[in-house]
Amino acid sequence: MNQSSSDWPLWEVFVRSRQGLSHKHVGSLHAADAGMAISNARDVYTRRQEGVSIWVLPADAISASSPVDKDILFDPANDKVYRHASFYDLPDEVKNM
Amino acid sequence: MTKDEHFEWLLWLADDALILAQRLSEWCGHAPVLEEDIALSNIALDLIGQSRAFYAHAGQLEGLGRDEDQLAFFRTDRDFRNLLLVEQPNGDFGDTIARQFFFDQFALLRFTHLAQQSFDTEVAAIATKALKEVRYHAAHSAEWMIRLGDGTEESHQRIQDSVNRLWEYTGECFESNSFQTAAEKANVLPHAESAHQEWMATITNILSQATLTVPNSTWMQKGGRQGRHSEHLSYILAEMQVLPRTYPDAQW
Amino acid sequence: MEAMNLNDRFEDYIAADQKIEAKDWMPDEYRKTLIRQISQHAHSEIVGMLPEGNWITRAPSLKRKAILLAKVQDEAGHGLYLYSAAETLGVKRGDLVAALNEGRAKYSSIFNYPTLTWADMGAVGWLVDGAAIMNQVPLCKCSYGPYARAMVRVCKEESFHQRQGFQIMLNLCHGTDDQKAMAQDSLNRWWWPSLMMFGPNDESSTHGEQSMRWKIKRFSNDELRQRFVDMTVPQAELLGLTVPDADLQWNEKSGHYDFGAINWTEFFDVIAGNGPCNKERLEARNKAHNDGAWVREAAVAHAQKVKARHSNQTNAA
Repeated sequence: MNQSSSDWPLWEVFVRSRQGLSHKHVGSLHAADAGMAISNARDVYTRRQEGVSIWVLPADAISASSPVDKDILFDPANDKVYRHASFYDLPDEVKNM
Repeated sequence: MTKDEHFEWLLWLADDALILAQRLSEWCGHAPVLEEDIALSNIALDLIGQSRAFYAHAGQLEGLGRDEDQLAFFRTDRDFRNLLLVEQPNGDFGDTIARQFFFDQFALLRFTHLAQQSFDTEVAAIATKALKEVRYHAAHSAEWMIRLGDGTEESHQRIQDSVNRLWEYTGECFESNSFQTAAEKANVLPHAESAHQEWMATITNILSQATLTVPNSTWMQKGGRQGRHSEHLSYILAEMQVLPRTYPDAQW
Repeated sequence: MEAMNLNDRFEDYIAADQKIEAKDWMPDEYRKTLIRQISQHAHSEIVGMLPEGNWITRAPSLKRKAILLAKVQDEAGHGLYLYSAAETLGVKRGDLVAALNEGRAKYSSIFNYPTLTWADMGAVGWLVDGAAIMNQVPLCKCSYGPYARAMVRVCKEESFHQRQGFQIMLNLCHGTDDQKAMAQDSLNRWWWPSLMMFGPNDESSTHGEQSMRWKIKRFSNDELRQRFVDMTVPQAELLGLTVPDADLQWNEKSGHYDFGAINWTEFFDVIAGNGPCNKERLEARNKAHNDGAWVREAAVAHAQKVKARHSNQTNAA
């Protein structure tokens, strides 16, 4: 038996649990094609009424930022406090701002 | 339609669902891939749910105090009214899918009509809920028919064999008898002949997408609706009913 | 220098109870340990479907049939979540499954015991799932993100598993004399193997220390086993059943139950492949896998055909 001829590719699964929320990554599964991936995702990840919408993506289609670059990608945002509303002190008399 | 005929008709619905669920449950832990173990179990769970609803309704209609378990576990195979199709063995995955495919397309038609009738509102309610489940089952089995038919040479041969072997059990779904005629007159069920044709059109379409041939034999098995089953049913029931029959006074 | 910084960061994360995620740098040994632990856990769920699956067709009521089927289905799902978590570490599910089927991988020894009566469905849910929950709840806080998140999902589902098992036992113990006897017989056979689920005593456990440091394992085998006994004995008393341990005794001073000696010979025999059902379990898994090969191959072939037709159409257009 040829192992690779029967291996199904890996798919990442994203589920929207309720109308109004975004899709959240819930895990992965194996399927031969996208239609099967969605059916399988429905059976595996939404048995307890956990979903209204499913996205599936071949695992190798995902590009990820490298953890090694975590500091150069994300640290520079740390010292730009002026992007947050709380940085701005206004007199108490000012309403609606 | 007399009360007896009505009660018996409900058993058709309940027994079909239960015996098919029983067969599907045998796959648990043995399916070709984990994801399919979960899918087949889901279908079985839906069917068990349908059978429970129909048994409860039947028991109430009968009025002798029999509940779902008394109907399921204490009737003999001569009293069961399921199609011969659903008691056929699981065989390989292809046999199971073909059996499911033929049944799902029949169930789809049946529940579509039952959901619309007002003769038995309880059945209409059960059918409306079941329709959502059955649509999913039908999509699942149709997709697999196509994958297996239009897959490898081996899968094509195997699934064609399954179709050929099970073909003679499909006619019974559209069997005509005195009850069926009465139901048609009462507009509870569509005319058997037209339902059969509609079913045949869908089956032919999907089989052709699957690059499979429709068997051309017209001889059909029957007897399940009258309690004359294949040799398989008494084995199924012996296994299913063993505990309540061994301990008839027990609650579980 | 670069490797040391990465290792420092890794150790910092662990120390600060931060999660390590899939693409983060991690020591090879951490990766290997996780793959081993997660895959063993996944295999256990899959093999665990077999002893309970054994009674679905014979469940004594339609409600019990549905509940048991849902439970076993959950176990398949748990196996799946865990294989997914393992795959984030760079292994393929196909390779893990091959290791299991070829007898190269371990799984929880408890599933090598047979389920002989309906009462075993109660005992397995109550004791085996109870022990599993004891192991699994701490893992929800383990250091590896995908594993911890899979465990949160598993634990949410697992609590119904234990409750349904206990409910079965409750009904049996309040039932006929035959049912009560069935329940006691079941407890007699499942008690000691359940205690063995927590693994060898701490001093004989090989992987324990490193796993604790890396927050893959949060409590020791003996700690969890003691907790399990303390929790379960009162439940047995509530059921009116006798725990099959003549040395079981409440110790006022320690505030725990003292219990008898575990038969470690039996434990190591079963781990080594000499338990009541080891061969059957592996045979069943191999049969399912081999019988299903043509199905898996067909699905791949079909997907390829569809893709080829699609690109032909696109090219032609």
